[in-house]
Amino acid sequence: MQRSTTLKGYRKDVGVALKNEFLRKAMDNFAVAYRASRENAFRELDSERLIQDVAELKDRGIDQMEALLDQFIAVATSKGVHVHLAKDSQQANEIIATIAAESGAKRVIKSKSMTAEETLLNPYLEIKGLDVTETDLGEWIIQLRGEGPSHMVMPAIHLSRYQVADLFTDVTGAQQSNDIEKLVKVARRELRQKFVDADVGISGANFAIAETGTIGLTTNEGNARLVTTLPKTHIALIGLEKLVPTIREALAINRVLPRNATGQAITSYVTWITGPAPWGGEADGRKALHIVFLDNGRRALAKDRDFSQVLRCVRCGACANVCPIYRMIGGHQYGHIYIGAIGLILTYFFHGRAKARNLVQNCINCGACKAVCAAGIDLPSLIKAVHEKILGEEGHPLTNTLLNRVLRSRKLFHGLLRSTQLTQRPVTTSDGYLRHLPMIFAKEHRFRALPSIAEKPFRDRWATIAPSVAKPRFKVALFSGCVQDFVYPEHLEAATRVMAEEGVALAFPMDQSCCGLPVQMMGESKAARDVAIQNVLAMAAERYDYIVTLCASCASHLKKGYPKLLADHPSLADKAERFADKVLPFSSFMVDVLALSSANYTGDGEAVTYHAPCHLCRGLGIREAPRALIDLSGHRYAPASEEETCCGFGGTYSSKFPRISAEILETKLKDFQATGAERLVTECPGCLMQLRGGIKQRGIEMEVLHMAELLERRRK
Amino acid sequence: MNLSILWERSYAVSDTSSTALFTHKAELVSTIVHPAKRLDDALAYALSACVEKEACPMLISGCEAELSPPAEALCETKRGKIIAAPDLDATLREGFAEQCDQAGIRLIHEGLRDHLGGIDIGITWANWGIAETGTLVIDSTREEIRLASMISEIHVVLLPVDRIVGGADEIADALETAMRDPYNYTAFITGASRTADIERVLALGVHGPLELHVLLLGDD
Repeated sequence: MQRSTTLKGYRKDVGVALKNEFLRKAMDNFAVAYRASRENAFRELDSERLIQDVAELKDRGIDQMEALLDQFIAVATSKGVHVHLAKDSQQANEIIATIAAESGAKRVIKSKSMTAEETLLNPYLEIKGLDVTETDLGEWIIQLRGEGPSHMVMPAIHLSRYQVADLFTDVTGAQQSNDIEKLVKVARRELRQKFVDADVGISGANFAIAETGTIGLTTNEGNARLVTTLPKTHIALIGLEKLVPTIREALAINRVLPRNATGQAITSYVTWITGPAPWGGEADGRKALHIVFLDNGRRALAKDRDFSQVLRCVRCGACANVCPIYRMIGGHQYGHIYIGAIGLILTYFFHGRAKARNLVQNCINCGACKAVCAAGIDLPSLIKAVHEKILGEEGHPLTNTLLNRVLRSRKLFHGLLRSTQLTQRPVTTSDGYLRHLPMIFAKEHRFRALPSIAEKPFRDRWATIAPSVAKPRFKVALFSGCVQDFVYPEHLEAATRVMAEEGVALAFPMDQSCCGLPVQMMGESKAARDVAIQNVLAMAAERYDYIVTLCASCASHLKKGYPKLLADHPSLADKAERFADKVLPFSSFMVDVLALSSANYTGDGEAVTYHAPCHLCRGLGIREAPRALIDLSGHRYAPASEEETCCGFGGTYSSKFPRISAEILETKLKDFQATGAERLVTECPGCLMQLRGGIKQRGIEMEVLHMAELLERRRK
Repeated sequence: MNLSILWERSYAVSDTSSTALFTHKAELVSTIVHPAKRLDDALAYALSACVEKEACPMLISGCEAELSPPAEALCETKRGKIIAAPDLDATLREGFAEQCDQAGIRLIHEGLRDHLGGIDIGITWANWGIAETGTLVIDSTREEIRLASMISEIHVVLLPVDRIVGGADEIADALETAMRDPYNYTAFITGASRTADIERVLALGVHGPLELHVLLLGDD
C-alpha cells in the first residue's frame, strides 16, 4: 500500500523495493510465465473479438447502471434477499457491521474481495470487536502479516515460502516446513476450523445479474463456497460496476476473465447464488443473504464521458502482469489498494487525489497494459487524463508551465536547443556524449551516457543535402521530431539518401516542430493540442503521398494522437484525420510501400538484434516490417527474448524515475547480449538514446543503430 | 432440476467429439476422467477409490504437521472412512451401502454438517458437462450436495455423456430458468481445488477436494 505524500518520499520507497531481490526475481519469473500462459489460454479463440465484446457489453451495463440496480433490487428483494446500497466505504462498513451485530455474530470468515479491500472493511470490523479471518490463502497470509495485497489476483506474490513457513510456525505454535504443498495443507486444516466456527461469511462477487437477482463468484480454492455455505448469514459486498443484465453477459465476461487473469480457461469454481439457499444448521433452515452494493463514486463515474470506461474493469490484474514498472517495484509501490495501471486510475476516484498524486506519474506509457486489458480500457490515456485532472486541481508545476510556453513557440524552442548546444560544447566528448551531466541530474541519472546536441541540426543541413529525384515514385514529407532533428541528424541524412535512391522525392517542411508527445505525457493536453495544430498546418499533407518519420513515438502520436486531440476542432478535425492517414514510420514505408528489394543490398548475414519500440509494435501494430528490413538489408534478424518490452526510456519518465528506468534498461541489455549479436537496431531515437547510453556506460561491445543507418551501410 | 429422470434412462452414446473434448480439457486441469458403461460400474469405481485411498490423504503432505489446538481437534473428529452420496436414488443406495459396509466404509446421504473435519469421498451427479473448459455444472441448491462436493477429499461426479455441451452459452437458457427460482445455488466445477498463492507454485486441495474424478456414463 503506497502512502507517500511527496514524490521524493515515493521515489525513496521505490528505491527500497528495487533492492528487494526476492521480489525482483519473483516478478521477473512471473512476467515471463504470464505472457506464455495467457497466449496459451487464448490460442483457440479470437481474443480481440472477445475483448471487444466485453468492452461493449460492459459499456451498455454502465449506461444502464441505475436501471439494472433497480431491477436487481426488485427481483432479489422479492426472493427474500436483503439488498443495501452504500454511498461510500464508511457506509458500506457500517451496514456490514450492523448486520453482523444484529445477527449476534462474533466470528467472521471472508473470501477474497477487492471491494472489501477498497472499503478497508477488515480493520473496521475488528474495531467493532469482530474476529475476522480471510480464507483465501494469499489473503490470509497478508492479513496475518498486517499487509495489503500486492496483486489483485495473487495478493501474496511478494512473499517467499520461507516467509510463509515462519508465519505459519507463529500461527500454529509448531515448527512448519518450507514445503509449499505442506504449507497449503496447514492452511487448509487451520482454516477449516475457522469455517466451522464462523457466524457470518462475507464475500465479494464478480457478477450481479439483474434479471434473476443472482450473484456469481469465481474462485480457485473453493473457500468462497464454504464462506457462502457454512455460516447462516452471508453478506456479499459488490461494486455497482459488477451489474450485468443476464447470465449471458456474465458468461461472456467469464470467458475472458480467467484466461486474462491467470491463463486458466476457467477457474476451478464459478458459483451462482440466487436467493437464500437452504441452510442445514437448523431444521428447515434458510440462509440470511445480504447484498451490499457499493457506490463510492461509481454512479458519478458511470455518467462521466471521459472516465466511464474505468468501470469496465473486471479485476483480472493483467495490466499489472505486463507492466514493466510493476515488474520492477511490485504491487505495494504500484498502487494504493488497487494495483497496476487500473489501480493508478481507481486510486484517484476511490481513495482521493492525495493518494493518487505520485502514483499517476509513474507510468512510462508503453501501452503494454492497454494491449492485454480484458475490457479494452485505454489505460495509458486515462492515467494521463487523471494526472492532468490533478494538475488542474492543484496547479501546474513551474517546469510544466515553462515547457508549455517554450513548446508552443517553435522559434523559442529551437532557439533554446541551439543555445544549449553552445553551452554544452566544453563538456562534450569527441564521440558526442556529455562528459558529465548538468548539476540538476543526481548520481542516479548516471546509468546511461547522454548524447550532446548536434552542432548543426538537420533543418540547417537540409538545404545542402536535399536530393533531387527525377520522375519520383512517391512524394514524401519528412517529419523529423526534435530528437532526430537536433541530436541525431545523421539518422535523417541516412534515411534521405536511402529513400532518394529508391526514387522518393523528399521535402522537409521547415515550420514543423516537436510532435507534442512530451507535453501530453506531462498532463498538458492544451499545449499538446496547440503543437498539433501547428504541425498539421506546417506539414501540408495534401501536397504529399506520405509523411514519413524515423521516430516511432512521433509516428504513433501523429497518427493516433492528433485525430483525438483535434477531434472537436471546428476547422481542423478532418484535416487532422487526412494528415494522420498519410503518416508512416520508416520501416513500414520501406517495406509496405516501397517493397524494398534485397537486390540493392549486400551483406554477409551478420546477426542483428532488434528492439521493438513500444509505440511501433503496440502503438501502431507494426511488428514484421522492421524484422523484414534487417533480413532484406543483408543481415540476419536475431530475435531477443522480450523484444517488445519497453527499454525504460519513456521520454520525461526516465528523468522522473531514473532508478526504475535504469533497472528496466539493465534487463533489456541482458536480453540483447544473450543473442550474441554485436549490432542492435531500433527505430525510435528515444529508445536509441537509452540503449546506446546504457551500452556505452557499461562498456558493452555492441553497436546501436537506427534502422536507416543499418540500411545505408549495406546499400550497394 | 429433477435428477430422478436421469436414473432410469439408458445412457445413449452421444456426440463423441464433445465427449473427447470434455475429457481432454478436464484432464488438462488434473481431473481424472473414466468411462463407465453403467451406474453400477461407476459406484464400484468410487468404492474401490475409497478402499485404495489412505484414510487421511493429508498424510502425503503433512498430517504429521502439528496444528493449533482447535484445528487439531477438528481433524481428530475424522474417524473411519466415509462416502457421502446425497443424491443417490434410495433403492440404489441400499445395495451400495451394503457393499460399502463390507469394505468397512460408512455410506451417508445426509447430515454432512456433522463431518466438517472432512469425508473421504463425495459422490454427486452433474447436470451438464461443458466441453470447452472441461467443466461440470452441478445444481447444489441442496446443502448436502454442496457439502459433498466441498468437504470431500475426493469428489466423484457422475456425468451422462449426452449431457455434455460444447460451451457454457448453450446452457444459458436452462441456467436462467433455474435462477428464476426463489433460490438456487449452481456450481461450475473444473478440476480440484487449487491455489498458486505461494510463489506461484500450483498446489491442489486447498479448501475443496484434493482430487476430482468424473465418470462418463454411457461412454464405451
